[in-house]
Amino acid sequence: MKILVCISHVPDTTSKINFTENGTKFDTTGVQFIIGPYDDYALARAIELKEANAGTLVTVINIGLAETESTIRKALAIGADDAIRVNADPTDSFFVASQIAEHAKGFDLILMGRESIDYNGGVVHAMVGELLGIPSLSPVMKLEIDGSKVKMEREIEGGHENVEANLPLVAGCQEPIAEWKIPNMRGIMSARTKPLKVVEPKAVDKTVVVQKFELPPAKGAIRMISADNVAELVTLLKTEAKVL
Amino acid sequence: MSVLVFVEVGEGKIRKTSLEAIAYANALKAGDVVAVALGSIEAAELSSVGKYGATKVLHVADARLDKPVIQVYASVLTKAMQDENADILVLANSSLGTPVAAKVAIKTNASFVSNVVDLPNAANGFVVKRSIYTGKAFSFVELKNQKKVLALKKNAAEAKEIGNTIAVTPYAIALNDADFNTTTTAIEKATGDILLPEAEIVVSGGRGLKGPEHWGILEDLAKALHAGTGCSKPVSDLGWRPHHEHVGQTGVKVAPQLYIAVGISGAIQHLAGVNSSKVIVVINKDADAPFFKAADYGIVGDAFDILPKLTAAVKASH
Ligand SMILES: Cc1cc2nc3c(=O)[nH]c(=O)nc-3n(C[C@H](O)[C@H](O)[C@H](O)COP(=O)(O)OP(=O)(O)OC[C@H]3O[C@@H](n4cnc5c(N)ncnc54)[C@H](O)[C@@H]3O)c2cc1C
Repeated sequence: MKILVCISHVPDTTSKINFTENGTKFDTTGVQFIIGPYDDYALARAIELKEANAGTLVTVINIGLAETESTIRKALAIGADDAIRVNADPTDSFFVASQIAEHAKGFDLILMGRESIDYNGGVVHAMVGELLGIPSLSPVMKLEIDGSKVKMEREIEGGHENVEANLPLVAGCQEPIAEWKIPNMRGIMSARTKPLKVVEPKAVDKTVVVQKFELPPAKGAIRMISADNVAELVTLLKTEAKVL
Repeated sequence: MSVLVFVEVGEGKIRKTSLEAIAYANALKAGDVVAVALGSIEAAELSSVGKYGATKVLHVADARLDKPVIQVYASVLTKAMQDENADILVLANSSLGTPVAAKVAIKTNASFVSNVVDLPNAANGFVVKRSIYTGKAFSFVELKNQKKVLALKKNAAEAKEIGNTIAVTPYAIALNDADFNTTTTAIEKATGDILLPEAEIVVSGGRGLKGPEHWGILEDLAKALHAGTGCSKPVSDLGWRPHHEHVGQTGVKVAPQLYIAVGISGAIQHLAGVNSSKVIVVINKDADAPFFKAADYGIVGDAFDILPKLTAAVKASH
């Protein structure tokens, strides 16, 4: 079986978000970049499937400029066999999905996170599935392969559903599909020499253009209420905040 | 010319977020607002979309659509856009709506944006504001193509009654067998609960509650407030609460009028899921808990002491 894992290169979840150049550029000062946490679950599940099924190969793909290579190497250290980097700025979901679809043919299972934590589009999996004409499901919390059939648990509002579909298939993953894996020393050493192919992007017409970024207004000061006067909170929520 | 709106139904009722989508479509002033609903739904419920600004409601009453299959829904909405001469499709972000919207966008060569939080600014092309970095920022995105698909975040528009009920138009459409490419074998849903992503009030508990056996006092408060219940990630990781209640960066993003956090420290990953709340109340025994920096009201105290008192005060105020 061949598995493709799509990984995003995104700011660490503790990052302070800022923009420069008049709100047109993300400020990378002091920001550490990581494999998207949801993509990390997808990768962990792919490695589990590889460990359980001899002959399974895991390829990772990232759409990004040269600075994403350390993130890709980390995915290789976690256990992927080889990698593809599409040399382009991942500006929007349709652009990214079009690049992934270009390289996803021939894979049995295409896994990725339910969303990237920078733009949170949450649709690349659906778009890749549509472009390839194969089923796509997200957010998948459990995924088992049974012959050519895939049995999944998908989260829905207020619960979950059990869904089945045939391979090939695209799944957007989230916990608890697998436990995040931490690369060990041997993995890190071997990742240095694993193949990482760099390809130029396919030309895609731009459907959306980001004009600028903005931060939300700062939060006002907090009002503390004494633990001995809890009823005052209810009064304030009614009369001042007007939310009750 | 018309604007198509996909309306979702939960427990027989049209979701509030779908009514917001109708209000949004109406405010676009880009033509008649045509609602589309799929599966078995009461006609009386469907006709109510007229009150919120829809001028027509199409209904595909095929029972095969009761269990939503994303691919089938995408094909139906694509056909409806053609039949209704609609350039724009609007719907609410959801586990069903968002992937359906993305597929329709590809089928119709439309520009697509999800997590839209406000009406477009048409002064300079068609530009919408959307939430990014898990609520920590916004971007302004221009949709270049003639066809447009918008998936809305909660509160992108206010659902208001502005008109009267309308008659339901049956929509006959041949479903393509090949589109049934996924099979739902079981659905497990907490019934009667208030859905977290739609709740106007959320009461959330963290590791400070010490164990699942203590959730009763939190649920009492939630019940008194007609609130949904949420939790922090360790609480769902430990199996104290189901995963669909987990709020934050890697869980549900909520946008209620009021979010009450009890025994949650306020890690940045938790805040990422609650920063769209209008008012935040924090109850924590540690005065230095980071959550207080992100809150509007705070009480320093023991949850086991404060929660019953707060529930009593809420009941007394009814
Ligand atoms: C990539 C990543 C993603 C993550 N995603 C999420 C996410 O989506 N959601 C999320 O919640 N977390 C997430 N986390 C985890 C997050 O960093 C925190 O560990 C977590 O939010 C802490 O949960 P907590 O506040 O319940 O527990 P703790 O941090 O242990 O805090 C417990 C709090 O309860 C208070 N307390 C204790 N006893 C009482 C009492 N009797 N009465 C009142 N207060 C009391 C304490 O003072 C403390 O502030 C993520 C972490 C990472 C690395």
